Amino acid sequence: MQSGKIVVKNLYKVFGPQPQEAIDLLKQGWSKDKILAEKGAVIGVSDVSFSVEEGEIFVLMGLSGSGKSTLIRLINRLIEPSAGDVFIDGQNVAKLPKAQLIDLRRRDMSMVFQSFALMPSRTVLDNAAFGLEVAGKGRKEREQRAMQVLEQVGLASFAHKYPHELSGGMQQRVGLARALAVDPSMIIMDEAFSALDPLKRREMQDVLLELQKTHRRTIIFVSHDIEEAMRIGSRIGIMEGGRLVQVGTPQELIDNPANDYVRNFFDTVDTSRYLTAGQLKADSVPLYVHNGRAPDTLKVCQELQAQDKHYAFIVDEDNRFCGSISLEKIALLVEEGRHKSLEPELLKHIDPVPEDLPLEQVIERLVINEGPIPVIDQHGHYCGAISKGRLLTRLQGESHE
Amino acid sequence: MSDKKLDLGSWVNDVVQHLLDNYSGAFDSVGGVVSGFSEGIEQLLMLPPAWLLIAIFVGLGLWRIGARFAGFTAVSFILIVMTGFWEQTVVTLGLTFSSTLISLLLGIPLGIWAANSERVSLTIRPILDFMQTMPAFVYLIPAAMLFGLGRVPGIIATVIFAMPPAVRLTNLGIRQVNKEIIEAGQSFGCNSRQLLFKVQLPNAMPSIMAGVNQTIMMALSMVIIASMVGAGGLGNDVLASIQRLDIGLGFESGMAVVLLAIILDRITESFGTKQTQARGGLFGWFNAKLQRQ
Repeated sequence: MQSGKIVVKNLYKVFGPQPQEAIDLLKQGWSKDKILAEKGAVIGVSDVSFSVEEGEIFVLMGLSGSGKSTLIRLINRLIEPSAGDVFIDGQNVAKLPKAQLIDLRRRDMSMVFQSFALMPSRTVLDNAAFGLEVAGKGRKEREQRAMQVLEQVGLASFAHKYPHELSGGMQQRVGLARALAVDPSMIIMDEAFSALDPLKRREMQDVLLELQKTHRRTIIFVSHDIEEAMRIGSRIGIMEGGRLVQVGTPQELIDNPANDYVRNFFDTVDTSRYLTAGQLKADSVPLYVHNGRAPDTLKVCQELQAQDKHYAFIVDEDNRFCGSISLEKIALLVEEGRHKSLEPELLKHIDPVPEDLPLEQVIERLVINEGPIPVIDQHGHYCGAISKGRLLTRLQGESHE
Repeated sequence: MSDKKLDLGSWVNDVVQHLLDNYSGAFDSVGGVVSGFSEGIEQLLMLPPAWLLIAIFVGLGLWRIGARFAGFTAVSFILIVMTGFWEQTVVTLGLTFSSTLISLLLGIPLGIWAANSERVSLTIRPILDFMQTMPAFVYLIPAAMLFGLGRVPGIIATVIFAMPPAVRLTNLGIRQVNKEIIEAGQSFGCNSRQLLFKVQLPNAMPSIMAGVNQTIMMALSMVIIASMVGAGGLGNDVLASIQRLDIGLGFESGMAVVLLAIILDRITESFGTKQTQARGGLFGWFNAKLQRQ
């Protein structure tokens, strides 16, 4: 069996009569539409398998009707699966008796809803304490805990207000507080921020990411907003017509989309924003090795002129970056004739950038640095350079794709 | 009668006669309970002097609605006292309250049941339609035959007539609770009892209170009609005014009914609509009770 906090295996949900028959037909290769037309059964989720690691934010994406909301409800069994297994910490939720299911829901999982789903007749505090109340905790204990989580989401001073007195963003903070109050190890969030305006949505994403920093929980997050998915998700699963078509990190999905459906999701995204130094680097700067003996000044000068290059990089024997020198400076040295070789003290030192540095920061470095900047890999070895010209060419190529 | 092709009426007669012949003991005991209950309520209302009862209603009006309505309530009741209809008004009020309470006691649980079962809902729907649309006088005949004359058949007929809105609006209210709120209840581990008392009923409360309001209004209109079987109260005066063609008496007693209706309607309505986000009041208290269970 696959390991992970949540492991979903061959999960199906069929709405309609005789789900088993529909599943058998699906396995024989019937299409969803044919099954609907001939058997009157709607395929909600079809043969979905994936796993979510402990402490991960896993984002499920898909167009409306792709089955993502159904899928998450199969995980906490608000909807009964037609076939397949859902293991949470190794326990098969799909086969759990009712009483144990209720116990699991009270103890270890909670949910945040798109429409907030707060109880209008309860105060913010009572809403936040709802899960604890259901679990049978005493008034004092649950109010204390609810107050604690309201503080975490910045709503302590609104504890005695009613939901309708709060803005949408604040209401969803209450929804989040309610989910946190029971201190679950996993939270299911169904388009939790979709009803909020873009600014508030971003703010709530920050709240969520901040909460994850102090206490990592496993989160399954449904979204139809690709920007949101890339911002908060460590991995993204893309659903189409009840099937999970691809799972991967945002970068993997951009680089190798499984089909046009997946690619289309990223069409609206300015993918260049997700480029990193490693993808931008090139061998555009002539490289010289300082292997106990500094490179010859005249030779470098002639070679740079011949190649029409303006800078040279020097590395040591271990391929570690030593420094950079411009053609102008070398020409000056040749003219003076005092330095026959390019000793380290003649070089200009530049801090190399790591391969995973995002585009935004690469640009910042290029702006303050006159020449190209060196890129090093995770072991500290030089692996390429980024010049202003190279960057512009790459960005142009990106927007043409 | 005999030239009819289908004599439904005689079948109904037979059924009632059969009930009367075989189950009169059961009807007597039901009648006894209803009679005792309603007499108790009536005595409770008779207990305080007129001015105290009026003060209570004025206070309620002031608290729930405002000073102008409280003033209206005071003037109305003083008018009723001065025209000499106070005693009959209290009897009518007692009949209305006891019929309403019985209606709610039966209607709200039935509504909850219907909300949770499609089959129950489909079964009771035509029955409720029948109960509500059959001309109200018609109930008086079998009620009087089964329970004899007096307040009991009046209350029974009133319950049949006034219960449907309580059932319907409880059913509707529970069904209309936002699906995600129900899911929220389930996902935090509510069992079915917790789901009912902590999620469904509190969220359906505005609709249920609208049902309570309608039940009270229908009960009031029916207890007037029930005077035809001797239920008593303001209905007696209305009936007498018709029999004697006494337009003056008809106006006075009719006006007492209208004023009572307005006061009851506004006050009960305020519990349903004004405080959906209850801060206090009977609604809030009721809600808090439900949730604490």
